[in-house]
Formats: sequence, structure tokens, C-alpha cells
Amino acid sequence: MAKRGRTSSVVAACALVWSTAHATAVQHQPPQKLSDTGLYRDAAAGTIAAGVRPYSPQYPLWSDGAEKLRWVSLPKGRTIDAKDGDAWRFPVGTRFWKEFSFGGRRVETRYIEKTGEKISEKIGEKIGKEAWIFATYVWDEEQREATLAPVATGLPNHVEIAPGVRHDIPSVSDCKACHEGAGRDSVLGFGALQLSSDRDPLAPHAEPLPAGALDLDALLKENLLKSAPPSWRAAPPIVAADNPRARAALGYLHGNCSHCHNDRDPVASVGLSFRAGFAMDARSGQPTLRTAVGVRSKFQMRGVSPDHCLRLAPGDVEHSAVLVRMGLRDGLSQMPPLGSKLVDTAAVELISDWVREGLPGAEVSKGPTHNP
Amino acid sequence: MKNLIAMTCSIAALAAVTAAYSAEGKKDPAKEKQIKRGEHLVKAGLCGDCHTPKKMGPNGPEEDMSRMLSGHPASPELPPAPKLPPGPWMVMSDGGLTAWSGPWGVSFTRNLTPDEETGLGDWTEQNFLDTIRTGKKLGKGRALLPPMPVPGINNYTDDELKAIFAYLRTIPAIKNAVPEPIPPAPKPAAHAPAKP
Repeated sequence: MAKRGRTSSVVAACALVWSTAHATAVQHQPPQKLSDTGLYRDAAAGTIAAGVRPYSPQYPLWSDGAEKLRWVSLPKGRTIDAKDGDAWRFPVGTRFWKEFSFGGRRVETRYIEKTGEKISEKIGEKIGKEAWIFATYVWDEEQREATLAPVATGLPNHVEIAPGVRHDIPSVSDCKACHEGAGRDSVLGFGALQLSSDRDPLAPHAEPLPAGALDLDALLKENLLKSAPPSWRAAPPIVAADNPRARAALGYLHGNCSHCHNDRDPVASVGLSFRAGFAMDARSGQPTLRTAVGVRSKFQMRGVSPDHCLRLAPGDVEHSAVLVRMGLRDGLSQMPPLGSKLVDTAAVELISDWVREGLPGAEVSKGPTHNP
Repeated sequence: MKNLIAMTCSIAALAAVTAAYSAEGKKDPAKEKQIKRGEHLVKAGLCGDCHTPKKMGPNGPEEDMSRMLSGHPASPELPPAPKLPPGPWMVMSDGGLTAWSGPWGVSFTRNLTPDEETGLGDWTEQNFLDTIRTGKKLGKGRALLPPMPVPGINNYTDDELKAIFAYLRTIPAIKNAVPEPIPPAPKPAAHAPAKP
């Protein structure tokens, strides 16, 4: 009996291992074709499926001038936990898509999906944890279908987007470099500030809201958020700042840099956060002002004493490491380190103007206060 | 010089001993063992070959232990790397093996000491693991450059990497701001075309 019992345990353990591996494989394998991800009702016609909603963050990520379309699908009857305004928690089954086009042609569509605990049918136990799967689909020449890109390598230098400059299709590792963080969901650009209905008119590259878009107002009206502060209805979040230019600059850094440079993820150890606050004192409370302005940079500019290398130097564009690195595309010292091969000229101008005129220590250009 | 080296070694030994004690001041044998293991891995893995500056000794360049693992010296600044003619020769280094030139540009070995401003003082153990596992700085930044043998080092287990990091926390902190790498062919960055 004891022997039988032990044998059964061994068999059960083997079954668990097999089932876990099997379920994990199923759970973490995205479809081979974009049309099988649930984005389209009619893939050939490009008709979006019911329940899939467009959205548009007010501070979009710079992607070398790509025209981008974004959609989200929430599982029916489920809501987003908005208790943490900066890091919403999404229900299992949530799916996001982002389509990239250059020159009017679709190049790739990125896809992430939250998968959850699975119950093994064989052993009736929970296997697998909540996780996000990442995939990139590459559009064919005829623009009819997109196929899963190589997971490990992506497709470097896939298509020319400017003379001598070619766009990379990212690997899954590249996706995770930006999207994954400590104890948070792997979603970027979909939170209270980015979806606020009080949109920043000076935000670089902001797009008009698509018809039927899910913004903060729509999410609240449709009861898709739980634990959201009631104040968001009357006073939608905006970046706390002294003037419109500062608001746009802080918002841009939030949208483009804070997924790595924040105070929560492992990179927090370097003590630099571009997370824009929307419920704090405009001048002293903003993490960017506290952790970047007048703070010495570890980045060594050639020919400049380390003591004069600051992250953001009030009134001094040339000694502001953030700006120097935003203006590079050398694959080594550039910021961001991946996902861009063209300098965001509009953003460099915006941040330069802000550094010259709007930082504490420089002459402040006074405008209307936007501190809510 | 001998005194300086002796003093440096004493400080290192003191730091290692201090790090091997728990917050309550009790000796922590497990931590001590981990640090010793890390020291062994760093030495056997020849980290100092590239990360420790050299000085001239009776038998040629030797590691300058007063600057142990502090990376390529901030000064004096090196002249530009000479251009190699077309042919099979592809990679060059300076005499200290801390600056390397090749198709990737010029790389300078990092300061691995726990100096807060110029070394790994502000890194966490997780930052170190993320860097080695991904081959990207802090797991998210630019790729680590040759001759850093990332594929080889990636064979270390997590416990071995943690031991290496634990040991690196115990060596003397040395202030040395290593220059940033230089791209292969400096050229103006491409800018996005203006939209109508």
C-alpha cells in the first residue's frame, strides 16, 4: 500500500511536471497570425472586432515618426483596478495591440496579453502564474496579413524609414526591456494621466482621439475602473507644473522615459525618476525636478569635468546629460537606448527651451498654473 | 608604493570582514562563505585582466592593485585609436587592457568598485544579475560591449553571480569616472523628417 502510494505520488509529480510544461507552452504561445489574436472581426477588410476599443495616450512614445494605432480589449464583465493611479492592474484576458505604419504602409503590429492561472484538467490543480505574453506581427507586402516575427531576434533593419535608416522589429527581449517592471502590470501608456480627458495641447506628437476611444472619462462612465478616485471625474489628472511648457516637458519625459526611470523598478537604484506626478506640489514635488535638475550625472561627456555633467543643468543645454543623450543615435550613449534611430527633434526643442527658461535656477517663464 | 598596496589590502580585508557580519554585529558564516566564493570566481574568472589598470613591473605590465577593478583610468585621456589597414587584424587594446578598439567602436572597462558616484555603489544585486543575464546595462540600457564575455559569464548560476556581487561590495571604493564608449564612426544623428 505504501509502495502504491509512493508510486502514485511519483506519477502525480510527473503529471504535474508534464501538465505544467504543456500548459505553459499553450499559455505562452501567441498565435502565428495577427488575424487569430482577436483584433479583427473581418481581417481581410480590416474591420475591428466588437469589444476592441481604440485609445490614444496624450504623451505618446516617440517611435521615429511612425503613425500608430492602438486598441485594447478587456474581458467581458471585468474591470481595471485603478487604486494605484500610476500602475493599474488589469484582469486576466486583457489584450493590447499597437499598429506601426511608416509612409502610410503598415509595418508591424505589437500584441500583449495577460494570461492567468490555469487549472490542469488532468490533475485539477493550479498551474502557471499570471503573466504577460509579448508578440510582434509583421505585415506582408500585400498588407493583408501579419505573421509572428522571430521571438528571439525580431527582425533587425526590416524596413527603410529615412535615407539610410532602417526600422527594427523588436525581439520579445526588447519588448520586455521596457514593459516589464517590478510588481506591476506590463502595460505602458494606459493610465490615469495618459488617458486623462484634459489633454495637453503642447504634447509632442499627440494624436486626436479616435472615434469611440477609451479615455479616462469613458472608462469611468462605463464603470470599467474600480477604486478610482471620485475626483477624476470633476478634475481629470494633469501634470502638475508651473506653466504650459513645463507641463508638456514633464509629460513627454513621463511618456517616453519613466517606464525605465522611475522609483519602483530595479533601475530605481540610480535615483532618477521621470514619473510625472499629478497630485503634488508643482515645483518641489515632481520627481523629475527632485532627481534630475542640478543632480550630477554618471554619464561622462567628453571634454567636460564630471563635476559639470548634470542630468538637467538649469539654463545650460550643453551640460544637460538628458538632452545630450536625447540628441544622440549612436547605439551606445543614446537615450532611449533602443526602439529609436531618429532623434525626436520636436522633443529636443521642447526640453531645450524648458531647460533654458523654465527650470528652477533659470529665468522662469511664468504662465498659468496647472497644479490641480 | 608598498605601503599603499599594503594599506589597500588591509582596507579590503577589513571591508570583507565587516561585510561578513550581520546587522546585529554577529559574524555571518554564510555571508563570509559567499564573499570568499565571489573572490575566488572574480580571480579565477580573470576580471582584473581588463578591469584593473596596469603598471609596469620587472616582467612587464602587471595589475596595479592600488586601483583594483576600478576600470579604465579617467586620465590621462587616450589619443584616438589608430586605424588598422584592411586585413585580418581587427581588434586593438591599450597597454593596460582597459581600452579596446574594434568594429564596435572604442570601449572602456567599467569601474566595478563600490564607489557611489563612479562605480557600482548605487547598484543592487538585482541590477547586477539583470545586467549579466540580459547583456544590457541594468537589464534595460545599451548592450555591454566587447571584450566583456557576456555569453561566458552567463553560465554562472544566480548564486555564483550573487557571490561575485557580494565580493565586489567588499573591495575598496575607488573614485574613477570611466569615459563613455565611442561609436565606430562618429556621424551626426539622423533626425526625423519634418512633417508637412
